[in-house]
Amino acid sequence: MSPLLAFLAAETAPKQVDPWIAFFSLITVVVTVGMGFWTAGKSKSAGDFFVAGRSVSVGWNASAISGEYLSAASFMGVAGMVMATGYDALWYPVCYACGYLFLLLFIAGPLRRFGAYTIPDFAEGRYDSPVFRKIAVCFVLFIGFFYTMPQMKGAGTTLAYIFPGLPYWAGVVVVGAVITLNVSLGGMKGITLVQAFQYWLKVFAITLPIFILASVVGHYQQHLAGNKTAQEAAATILPGIERKALPAKAPKDEAWIAPFGKLTTKAVDASIAAATTPEAKASLEAVKKPYSLLYTYSLIIALVCGTAGLPHILVRFYTNPDGVAAKRTTMWVMILIGVFYVFPPVYGVIGRSLTPELYDAVGAKGTDKVVLELPTLLAGRDHALLGSILSGITCAGAFAAFMSTFSGLLVSMSSALAHDIYGRMLRPDSSPEQRLKAFKWSALIVGLVAVGLGSQVEALEINFMVGQAFAIAAASYFPLLFMSVWWRGMTMRGAATGMLVGGLSALASISLTSISDVAVAKAKKLADAAELAAYWADHPLAKAIADYWVAHPLARILCEQPAIWAVALSIGLMVIVSKATASSIPTDIRMKMLVLHAPEALGLKQEYIKEHEGLGGH
Amino acid sequence: MRDQLKLSIACALCFAIALVALPLLNYFQPEFMAQRVFGFTLTWLILGVLFFPFVWIISFVFIQRSIALENAEAKAAQDGQRK
Repeated sequence: MSPLLAFLAAETAPKQVDPWIAFFSLITVVVTVGMGFWTAGKSKSAGDFFVAGRSVSVGWNASAISGEYLSAASFMGVAGMVMATGYDALWYPVCYACGYLFLLLFIAGPLRRFGAYTIPDFAEGRYDSPVFRKIAVCFVLFIGFFYTMPQMKGAGTTLAYIFPGLPYWAGVVVVGAVITLNVSLGGMKGITLVQAFQYWLKVFAITLPIFILASVVGHYQQHLAGNKTAQEAAATILPGIERKALPAKAPKDEAWIAPFGKLTTKAVDASIAAATTPEAKASLEAVKKPYSLLYTYSLIIALVCGTAGLPHILVRFYTNPDGVAAKRTTMWVMILIGVFYVFPPVYGVIGRSLTPELYDAVGAKGTDKVVLELPTLLAGRDHALLGSILSGITCAGAFAAFMSTFSGLLVSMSSALAHDIYGRMLRPDSSPEQRLKAFKWSALIVGLVAVGLGSQVEALEINFMVGQAFAIAAASYFPLLFMSVWWRGMTMRGAATGMLVGGLSALASISLTSISDVAVAKAKKLADAAELAAYWADHPLAKAIADYWVAHPLARILCEQPAIWAVALSIGLMVIVSKATASSIPTDIRMKMLVLHAPEALGLKQEYIKEHEGLGGH
Repeated sequence: MRDQLKLSIACALCFAIALVALPLLNYFQPEFMAQRVFGFTLTWLILGVLFFPFVWIISFVFIQRSIALENAEAKAAQDGQRK
């Protein structure tokens, strides 16, 4: 019992700053800044800043994309979600990884062959329409900021965890400042190196602690075996495997380990709790499982299509030398992130046995913290130093996670401002030097806005915000790219209508759910009935929506996970409107399709944006 | 381009079938999917571990075939020019 008592004592005592955790986090930040300065000397031309001179090799680029992709949500959120909701959360890592397959199969090669700098370039070039560039720019900034907020939230909470007493916004400011500096120093070329380094750091930080931990406290499947399924009479607790009692808030074993658990059934469960007659309860019980199947499919569509539509990931394909390299890169990315994603669920499973007290806390102090918390268990098992060092390593990995994703977002948003808005709309005759300067200023502006937004979102959940960004990307960019690349009958009006209606309706329905969820979460904290009534009287809209969800669980599921209808709506509108405006298909569509699909060896390749424009070459 | 699209669609179908089938199996055969394999439940083993190598295999096959197709297309076009 003594290690347990020691652990509990350490938890309840006022927490000191662990020197090892501080040391490893500091090293990560210092190395990131150092590499930024080191690469600053190598990035000279506008091409270097926007697309890393289009010369990033497959190995570097695959590591860099993987580094950019494994965000705070992957590093901390997935483990926390598996611990909190069980089997259903496994769809997140699987679909995050598999979305890349869609990119590889349909988008990676052709998009690179087109030879643009940014997605808005592609939008304009494919349809010969400057108006469409403006629409596409808005979406880049919009999805970018949506995806930035959870990274900032992760940074703020992690720093506050490492240095207790530090305010939430301090972490947001530190990470924002470091990355803005890096991006404005080296642009895309600079961050490629940093992100590649950060990928390997993250893999190291997630695997090493769990291997050591598992050799001490027992393996993945041994801990999973301790959760009994509905078919088993009792849980098989293997000898030597410890399993602490679960608090009342934790989901039961049978629901946790099986599909269609808490994550997918909570809308119907809320309705059942509110139902007054036994008949109503019984009829809701009957639809519970079909609805959760629907939820599962909608989640899969959002994650798979959303991956294929995230602008900061797409922009990386332009850094490949050619279309074949773009395809090879995507395959390596899939292997690299697939290897990573096997491990976060292991933290969730072992965390359920050994740190069930996290179920009682909420948000950043709850299950989201399991990746950082688990290694410290070793400290209570006579490996004090090892526990601190491993915890330090996971914190360093978490830092690498927000920094690399944020740097990718910052580059794609700065490119949108400097290249699309400044270079193409405001000052089309500006020189490459001026655009380079504009890039640096844009990075600063976007960095400031991101820090400002990030310091406002402390109350929202990381994985929830990421889910929103994915659903919007799935209903806007994915249909645009997929259809533009493969269907020659697409017109600008069709593309714009589908993308706008799909993206905006996904946004609207998600906002409806979050408005009522935030209000309900606040109302739950009010114990006093009179206060509660007054609170709801002040928020009639949220109350009306929340009541509507309870009465209509199906509508709630479709609004919370809109991908299943929004993607279909978007593609459907693209087809219908394009057919109606078929006369405006670009006249040189055959040539455009050839450029997108012909192998480079044919010599048809024309970069849409010419390399080293006016720079005199190197 | 047509062959490339066919190849992409064939690979995507393999992948889509797996994604559609797993929730359906969970839905209609819950006992079968819940049996223990090395301590995992069958469905957990598939989704949490085996799915990743499955996707790697699809992508590897796709890359090999796709690059071979491009080379064949380029060669055919060059032969055509020479004649």
